[in-house]
Amino acid sequence: MTIRLLAFAAVVVALALFPLTAGNYPVKLLQEILIWGIFAMSLDLLMGYAGMVSFGHSAFFGIGGYVAALALDKSPGLLSALVLPALAAGLAALVIGFFSIRVSGVYFIMLTLAFSQMFYAYTFQVGWLGAEDGLVGIPRPAVPGWDVSSLRGFHGYLLTLVALSALVLWRIVRSPFGHVLRGIHENEARMETVGYAVDRYKLLAFVIAGVFAGLAGSLYAQFNGSITPDAFFWKTSGEALLMVIIGGTGTLGGAMLGAAAFILLQSLVSTYTERWMLILGVTFVLLVLFAPGGIVGALRGRVGLRA
Amino acid sequence: MTAPVLAIQAVRRAFGALVALNRVSFEVAPRERRAIIGPNGAGKTTLFNVITGQLTPTSGRILLEGAPIGGLAPHSVARRGISRSFQRNNLFPTLPVQENLRLAAAVAAPGTWDLLGSIARRRGPLDRAREVAEVVGLSERLAEPAGRLSYGEQRQLEVGVALATSPRLLLLDEPTAGMSPEETRRMTRMLEALPRDVTLLIIEHDMDVVGSLADRVTVLHYGEVLAEGTFAEVKADPRVYEVYLGSA
Repeated sequence: MTIRLLAFAAVVVALALFPLTAGNYPVKLLQEILIWGIFAMSLDLLMGYAGMVSFGHSAFFGIGGYVAALALDKSPGLLSALVLPALAAGLAALVIGFFSIRVSGVYFIMLTLAFSQMFYAYTFQVGWLGAEDGLVGIPRPAVPGWDVSSLRGFHGYLLTLVALSALVLWRIVRSPFGHVLRGIHENEARMETVGYAVDRYKLLAFVIAGVFAGLAGSLYAQFNGSITPDAFFWKTSGEALLMVIIGGTGTLGGAMLGAAAFILLQSLVSTYTERWMLILGVTFVLLVLFAPGGIVGALRGRVGLRA
Repeated sequence: MTAPVLAIQAVRRAFGALVALNRVSFEVAPRERRAIIGPNGAGKTTLFNVITGQLTPTSGRILLEGAPIGGLAPHSVARRGISRSFQRNNLFPTLPVQENLRLAAAVAAPGTWDLLGSIARRRGPLDRAREVAEVVGLSERLAEPAGRLSYGEQRQLEVGVALATSPRLLLLDEPTAGMSPEETRRMTRMLEALPRDVTLLIIEHDMDVVGSLADRVTVLHYGEVLAEGTFAEVKADPRVYEVYLGSA
């Protein structure tokens, strides 16, 4: 446990120092990885721990992004940048989750997908949200004693939030509540028979995942200075799913590694060829076939890391 | 006479045209050990499912210490003090034995909604898990994933998970199903050694187990109560002999 915390701290320090040695493009890439990493980790809480495979996680990412865009435009503070987007996404997750957790498996996948696509269709059409162009010119928040408007200034702010989120998620999956989620994942019917009101635990897991996805969406809007309906599109959910699977489900850290692998591969391969999706697809197929436990699973097998 | 722990009153359960339970009534006194016997398809497991909320009775009443529980969700029934094991092992296969038991033990303890604490600090469920492991003879296997236990050990854990919630009424659905004679004897000794304040309702095919364990026996046949009494009484009943013991 302490070794893990030290390793975690070492990684955070390394990531914090990264901009001192690297150019603008790698730093931007790293920031994108960190944002998607939090998004993927929040999905992993659902998939890997509670066993709920959602294909509509983009709904909360998009809500976080749009609420941040609207709120920051009115008052550029931390309330607008963090609290409101996370709250709004959590509230949406409460409503969507209330309906979705009644079903499981493929029906859960379809229902969550349908909800997220409804948001996509709506934002794509309504003028007050910029329709298909989305909202642009989103100001970055005024953080007391910290200038986050520059790329390097933003880095510390982003990294702090990502590290805190990762720590909180890490605590949650190891908490008594997190263990209840694992039990539900493993044998939902038995948990119910033993006396757990399974649906309530699943709903809370769904809301927590929504809150962190909303935070990621807000950071994404702040990072780009814009947000478009694409944030809601199923592709956003699908990419997060791929990141979790590539990294290794049920590991949290794997989600971050998966995000890194996905984004690095995408940016590296796309500089050489237009067909980067094809190469990514083949890589994904090979990975699932030969390393079903994802990157973390492969590392554990090789280096003998324990769960 | 003390009030019954469990009272089944004219319970009926139909699946379409098939009547699985019909006019089933009986009472189980506190501290009693009651066996439910009957041929395959007599409705024994359906009766358990109706008591524990997996199924809703079509009609009739089920009272736990005088309070109606028929039609409640399984988790609500469990929280009121009824626990059950299953005929087919129904465990958490990749989780260690200790965690299987701890999850069951933790359900009644505070803290299952604790998002940021650690399970190691909540001693109660952990202690209870180890205590139950001792009772069901799995103390040496605490760290083993449930799915890697032998079949007989999984049966022991199946009972352990039901026991770990500290129920007032324990329902065991054929705990010795598929066990070797030696494993069956061990399971019987274990059940005999359970504290008497846990009222026991057990579905069992092995008549030696029924004979050594049960205070009273209820015989189900085609979804109806055919006979009820001590094991000796039931065994002497010619109707029971005809439908059940005779064919065995």
